[in-house]
Amino acid sequence: MKDMLIEERTAMEDVKISAKDVNVWYGDTHAIKDVSVEIKDKTVTAFIGPSGCGKSTFLRCINRMNDTIDICRVEGLITLDGQDIYDPKVDPVQLRAKVGMVFQKPNPFPKSIYDNVAYGPRIHGLARNKAELDEIVENSLRRAALWNEAKDRLQSPGTGLSGGQQQRLCIARAIATEPEVLLMDEPCSALDPIATAQVEELIDELRTSYSVIIVTHSMQQAARVSQRTAFFHLGSLVEYGETDRIFTNPVDPRTEAYITGRIG
Amino acid sequence: MSASWLLIVLIAISVAGYFLGRSRVMASVQGNSRQLHSLPNYYGLNVVMTTLVPALVLLIAWVLIQPMVAQNHAASMIPDDTYADQGALNLLMSDVRRIADGLDLAVKSGNMTVEQAKDIQTGTTDIRSRLGEVGVALGSDVDPAVLTAAQAYRGVTNTGRWLMTVAVLALAAAGFAWSYLRTSKDLRARNLVEHGVLALLVGAASIAILTTLGIVLSLIFNTIEFFKLYPALDFFTSLTWSPSFGGGSQLGILPLLWGTLYISLIALLVAVPIGLFAAIYLSEYASSKVRSIVKPLLEVLAGIPTIVYGLFALLTVGPLLVEIFGAGGFLGLGWMKGGTAVMTAGIVMGVMLIPFVSSLSDDIINAVPQSMRDGSYGLGATQSETIRQVILPAALPGIVGAILLAASRAIGETMIVVLGAGAAAKLSLNPFEAMTTVTAKIVSQLTGDADFASPEALVAFALGMTLFVITLGLNVFALYIVRKYREQYE
Ligand SMILES: Nc1ncnc2c1ncn2[C@@H]1O[C@H](COP(=O)(O)OP(=O)(O)O)[C@@H](O)[C@H]1O
Ligand SMILES: [Mg+2]
Repeated sequence: MKDMLIEERTAMEDVKISAKDVNVWYGDTHAIKDVSVEIKDKTVTAFIGPSGCGKSTFLRCINRMNDTIDICRVEGLITLDGQDIYDPKVDPVQLRAKVGMVFQKPNPFPKSIYDNVAYGPRIHGLARNKAELDEIVENSLRRAALWNEAKDRLQSPGTGLSGGQQQRLCIARAIATEPEVLLMDEPCSALDPIATAQVEELIDELRTSYSVIIVTHSMQQAARVSQRTAFFHLGSLVEYGETDRIFTNPVDPRTEAYITGRIG
Repeated sequence: MSASWLLIVLIAISVAGYFLGRSRVMASVQGNSRQLHSLPNYYGLNVVMTTLVPALVLLIAWVLIQPMVAQNHAASMIPDDTYADQGALNLLMSDVRRIADGLDLAVKSGNMTVEQAKDIQTGTTDIRSRLGEVGVALGSDVDPAVLTAAQAYRGVTNTGRWLMTVAVLALAAAGFAWSYLRTSKDLRARNLVEHGVLALLVGAASIAILTTLGIVLSLIFNTIEFFKLYPALDFFTSLTWSPSFGGGSQLGILPLLWGTLYISLIALLVAVPIGLFAAIYLSEYASSKVRSIVKPLLEVLAGIPTIVYGLFALLTVGPLLVEIFGAGGFLGLGWMKGGTAVMTAGIVMGVMLIPFVSSLSDDIINAVPQSMRDGSYGLGATQSETIRQVILPAALPGIVGAILLAASRAIGETMIVVLGAGAAAKLSLNPFEAMTTVTAKIVSQLTGDADFASPEALVAFALGMTLFVITLGLNVFALYIVRKYREQYE
């Protein structure tokens, strides 16, 4: 009895985000159908599936970015550390500071590299003075493996970097706000193989401190960077489990069809 | 045949040509249109093109040139000693045209025969009363030389019209015959029509450019003319504007330029914040339902003629401001003496510019990619933080461009100033005083009985030129900035 309680508690502590029976509609389009999933802390979770199956939509539910879309309606329960994030008491703006997001296309602001990274800390008052802000910026850029390339040009515009550098800048910008969860929506789809490798390395690095969810179209990438994988198909979560198992021994025939290249 | 009848005949010929060309080519392939190089329509259009276009060009050229020829001919009939200068000749020539028109009318109404109209003389007939009968009133008795000139004018006009009919119809017939005979299944009618379309477009573009060029050149020449009569240095540096048609005018542009800039500044102070905030509300906050109502309303505001704004300034805003800032007014300040003032015109002009600023800014803010907003919201920024720190900085160059365009409109605005700002050219800092602008003075210098050769009238061209250079500079600069901004996101 006692053992069981302890085991349950560790399981609970392990879970960072939990979704139960989540449904999403865009107007009349039913984009997410009864998805329930538990995302573990300090783990990279990959969302795979054919285009239009709702991966981005589900990701955007987790930091309530869907609130910015007028026609989008979310139902179901999503908790972060046990707290219902759609509770009226929860401020979506505050939530997004805790759940950072990196987008498919690098979208640095038309500001300097420094200001891009300092954007979040400034808004949330994370630094008491210039020295602290400098430190946050440096640390974030270091963690995003961009410091060496950017340290001499912190005041030049972020839009002037190469695509891969821009994406790492966006990652640095996201981690500067000290989030607990990092959502990445196809972060490498606009990048060349070398930049992709750098970002993947970075994701592996980030796992030590964050719960990372990455949407990807590349099965190899999912296999390389993630520990757990969720396969979506037509708005439903078809299969979810250890990445190794999903790729070597899928249970659902649709998953097998997708990873062997027959759907998608 | 008159030009309008000729036009109708031309169109009729071309319509017939269309069907003839089409049926000829269809007949040549026994109705199997797949053997044709082009679709059957193109053969018809090709015939229309060659029939109509040269004839139409000739017709237009003729209509424009014939009056000049007739007038020159008639003018040569008037002895040199009957008029003193060009102005007097112009007056005589307008008499000539009136009499010629009168004779035409008399013939048409059956009051005179064709021969009578050609042969009557001042000695034998009282022309004035004869023309009076058909409703053409003449100021004085008709001078024999003028009558001869009028008859010559009629002669040239009648012959010219006859020649024109023949020439235009001949050209149309020739064009029709040529293209009709050429029509066969291998004719590349589609390509010919393509060339025709290109020529049409190039023609339209060149007309637009040439007229602009013509206007600018006439501005330049008249400005040079003015500077021959009045020193340019005085014009640009003198601090007084006091034209007097008796001579001894002081024509310094500075007080007018000051009025223009002062009023524009106030207009921008009104229009920019309101317009910009309205644009931000519309593009970032308003639901699509609100936007679909408010945007068209703002555009209606942009469609109000400026003279209506002028009335609004004169009758509503001016008196209202006097009630507040005037002597014995609401604030008891006594700053404002009359309804017409820099402030009145500036405020009303600002209202006029609001929709202009807001709709341009709205477009520019909408052009900031959604990914910028997503990026900012994703970092936990609120909407107003996102607008202030991401959207506005990203849109700033475009917004500056919009403001510059608004400024150039303010500088060129006339009616509001004429009605709202008063007519006194003054260099004063008090915004409650009446002042005037470059545009308003251009109006006042050219209305009334001005002699168009005097510096007091010609100064209008120099003023216009200065204004043109300023607004052109502003527009070019604004477009440069807007374009540079557009490139940023492509
Ligand atoms: N903003 C939106 N408005 C309307 N429908 C949308 C919107 N975003 C996504 N959808 C629809 O929701 C479904 C899932 O889309 P998405 O989540 O982008 O798929 P994925 O990221 O897996 O390719 C698609 O059918 C798509 O058309
Ligand atoms: Mg997607």
